[in-house]
Amino acid sequence: MSARQNRDPEPLHPHDELLRTDRIPHIWCSGCGIGIVFGALMSAIKKSDIPLDDIAVVSGIGCTGRMAGYIALDSFHTTHGRAIPFATGLKLARPQGNVIVASGDGDLLAIGGNHFIHAARRNIDLTVVCVNNFNYGMTGGQLAPSTPFGAKTTTTPQGSPDEPFNFCSLAAACGAVYVARWTALHIRRVTTAIGEAMNKKGFSFVEILAPCPTAFGRRNKMRRALDLLNFYYDRSVVKHGVHPDEASLDFNQRLVVGKFVDRERPTYLDSYHMVHQREIGDWPTIEHYSTMLAKEKTEA
Amino acid sequence: MAKRVGLEVSLACSEAVKLANVDVIAAYPITPQTHIVEHLSELVADGHLDAEFVPVESEHSAMSACVGSSAAGARTFTSSSAQGLALMHEILFIAPALRLPIVMAVANRSLSGPISIWNDHSDIMAERDIGWIQTFAENGQEVMDLTLHAFKVAEDHRVTLPMIVNLDGFILTHVIEPIEMPSQEEVDAYLPPFEPQQKLDIANPISMGLVGVPEVYTEARKAMLDALEKSYPVIKEHWDGFAQQFGRQYNPIETHHVDDADTVLVTMGSLGETAMTAVDEMRAAGRKVGQVRIRLWRPFPSGDFLDAISGAKTLVVMDRALSPGADSGPVATEIKSLIYATGGGPYVADFVAGLSGRDVTREDFKQMVDKAEAAAAAGDPMTFEMWGVKE
Repeated sequence: MSARQNRDPEPLHPHDELLRTDRIPHIWCSGCGIGIVFGALMSAIKKSDIPLDDIAVVSGIGCTGRMAGYIALDSFHTTHGRAIPFATGLKLARPQGNVIVASGDGDLLAIGGNHFIHAARRNIDLTVVCVNNFNYGMTGGQLAPSTPFGAKTTTTPQGSPDEPFNFCSLAAACGAVYVARWTALHIRRVTTAIGEAMNKKGFSFVEILAPCPTAFGRRNKMRRALDLLNFYYDRSVVKHGVHPDEASLDFNQRLVVGKFVDRERPTYLDSYHMVHQREIGDWPTIEHYSTMLAKEKTEA
Repeated sequence: MAKRVGLEVSLACSEAVKLANVDVIAAYPITPQTHIVEHLSELVADGHLDAEFVPVESEHSAMSACVGSSAAGARTFTSSSAQGLALMHEILFIAPALRLPIVMAVANRSLSGPISIWNDHSDIMAERDIGWIQTFAENGQEVMDLTLHAFKVAEDHRVTLPMIVNLDGFILTHVIEPIEMPSQEEVDAYLPPFEPQQKLDIANPISMGLVGVPEVYTEARKAMLDALEKSYPVIKEHWDGFAQQFGRQYNPIETHHVDDADTVLVTMGSLGETAMTAVDEMRAAGRKVGQVRIRLWRPFPSGDFLDAISGAKTLVVMDRALSPGADSGPVATEIKSLIYATGGGPYVADFVAGLSGRDVTREDFKQMVDKAEAAAAAGDPMTFEMWGVKE
């Protein structure tokens, strides 16, 4: 009897019921942070008590984009950058469903950046999970809108001259109602944040800093996955409630993480129904401002 | 003779762009084009190429940036594939309309869906009508040579049009081949510095990209069309000049054993070399088979093509893209419409093969020839067949 047959049968992964196990092994490199985030996403889905039939996962192109293909839920793998507009259509057609967009920084914030800002502005009820590995991993490590100033990529071998986006600040400025950032080390925090985002009505954004040793780390002095994870461990500082503009990601200083925004604002569908049921009243108020002030005074 | 080096074909493309001494490169990563632009960014970063490399946020931005830099009078290059090329679509029409001689390498790849990164010609066939001059390379040397030729033709003041060099994704882009590298002096002797015919210049202000009302739109399109048609002799002239300078002759239509051929295989792109071997083997077996390789796709070299196939009874066209709803693939449709005008001509059998990188072997080509000859003899309708569909 061979050694292999003597072994205990392989234990089922706790998330097997949510995985398309026939698609495993996955394509992610060893040391990649996407698997951690994917695990956290599945944990959050299970903990949410939302019926699985009511959850859809949408992703774009890239390493993170493969999540939609591995999860055994209604899922859609869109073209590059179009996860959010696809999810917008899905949400509007089936408002009772819980729609999660899971994609990478390049997909969501570069080629799909326009959709990101407008979905946040409209406050479409989506949960957007962004795995930020600071580069385009799948195509071999090119400059992304997240690449830190000075970082080396295959298209910036001398270091990036571009100032990156602060995604959390951008999301908040555009009107997102829930904004949080964690690293792939903060597994429980990530799970909680995704859960909170799923339960939040409106555009919720969870950014997770993930290690990409294969494409990003090896060109930036952090060749092994643990180098990047240790870096995140050492540099991240939790600052809940800090203004997202202050939640900076400075590789030479600190990586600010935490829950930055948790607020209420009518969702797109709320506003849509309001307009279509003619609840916005007489719009706009064109009486002179001094008249308005006088009225307020009288009322007071 | 110039030095032969083992080089990945993508890098040969980049080296040609370096030898052409471009000023601006704007690109967005997409498989299988990435090695071309990655190597260019290295050449720029290492100081071997004095150019601006702009890693933009999408292909739509890449082509827009190219239009901007070309309009400012800079020698401009970009590269893309499949979905990326499709995302450029809107701006692709602008470049020839504004007569901007941008050069682009397209690493041909299937369009989604389903999502595919592998090679066929569905990306470029969707861009057939953009008004760019388009050539197809069959091997690494041709990629290098056609890239240099593209700058020469595009920037010629008798042409001033953008130009695409097509190279098959993976089959060419990711393969290491022996490439004869010309020296900088040789390239400089062939390709003079870019002298834009007109450019955005604060000393001599002009406006570009304005509205063409119905009273002038038709004439503006006609002018662009005339320029494309008139580019044809210039394209040939600069291939002849290339032969004088570098010793390799290229033609809009390349032929192989066509003179006494009853059946002629028509190919475009890298599979032409496989087909050529199949033709040689069929010849050795005593069959009168020849081959025509279309190197220049736009403007289509109609006269040269009809001359090359004048003695053929049967054409076996290999298309590498579908034209859904049409009665054949895009290349065969082109050829049938040409032949129709002659009032006779050979039987045309069309095979859509090698979609998404599926292998097309010598044996496949022989079977296509058998099938086409049988269909011609039986007088079957001239439609197309998707080759090798699994039941």
